[in-house]
Amino acid sequence: MMVFSFYLFATLVVVSGIMVVLARNPVHSVLWLILTFSSAAGLFILLGAEFVAMILVVVYVGAIAVLFLFVVMMLDVDFTALKGEMAKYMPLAGLIALVILVQLGLAIGNWQIAPQAGDLRAAVTPEGIDNTRALGLILYDQYLYLFEASSLVLLVAMIGAIMLTMRHRTDVKRQDAMAQMQRDPDVQLKLVDVKPGQGL
Amino acid sequence: MIGLEHYLGVAAVLFVTGIFGIFVNRKNVIIILMSIELILLSVNINLVAFSAFSGDLVGQVFALFVLTVAAAEASIGLAILVVFFRNRGSIDVADVNMLKG
Repeated sequence: MMVFSFYLFATLVVVSGIMVVLARNPVHSVLWLILTFSSAAGLFILLGAEFVAMILVVVYVGAIAVLFLFVVMMLDVDFTALKGEMAKYMPLAGLIALVILVQLGLAIGNWQIAPQAGDLRAAVTPEGIDNTRALGLILYDQYLYLFEASSLVLLVAMIGAIMLTMRHRTDVKRQDAMAQMQRDPDVQLKLVDVKPGQGL
Repeated sequence: MIGLEHYLGVAAVLFVTGIFGIFVNRKNVIIILMSIELILLSVNINLVAFSAFSGDLVGQVFALFVLTVAAAEASIGLAILVVFFRNRGSIDVADVNMLKG
């Protein structure tokens, strides 16, 4: 059952990863990307890393993929023109991919864990504790500063994204709260005593 | 029995797919950003696989940090893309020469 699940998820990851790259329509690319992330989450569950799998679904599928989907649908781009030259770059890209794949294959094939590697572990997986609890115990203890630093990375990214995309359009009337509060009733308001039957 | 090499193989194929995607979609920045996400995902698969097979939790902690950086990178990249499209009306990478570098 483990073996079957592994091959199922691995095939899904690889096939949908290739479809992300080759799909004609970018919306389809994003949907294939969601399938890739979900299948990778399945692989993580097979490895016993449930927390990372959950975070992968929440962050990647729930946030990043939806962000991509928003941008793809918001931008009115002629994607067929962009796809036209894909065949031109295909041979070079295939060659580079093949070379890197062979290199990685050679590295993985001739590789083994050193016998002393077990002594060098920084945080041995504890027995009898579920994955999420064990991860929390070292994340909020040994890696607290890195955790805080990663929150700063997210803060900077958020401020940066807002600063980049915010614009003040001059052709649109906007509410100016300060100007509204600064208005003085004695200056702005004039009481006129209108006589009956005359009007202003 | 599924060993470490199987997971490393999947991650390697995914990594190569990402690089292939960057080269094949030279013009479309959105697909290039998605290819970078694929590369980061393959790195995460490697980290978690080593973590699980060597019994060391640090790999999963660092997978979380890689995830954080990937989220930040995607949001900044898409923000730059939106601003670029607003100014130029296209997302062709070949057009990106405003800095005259």
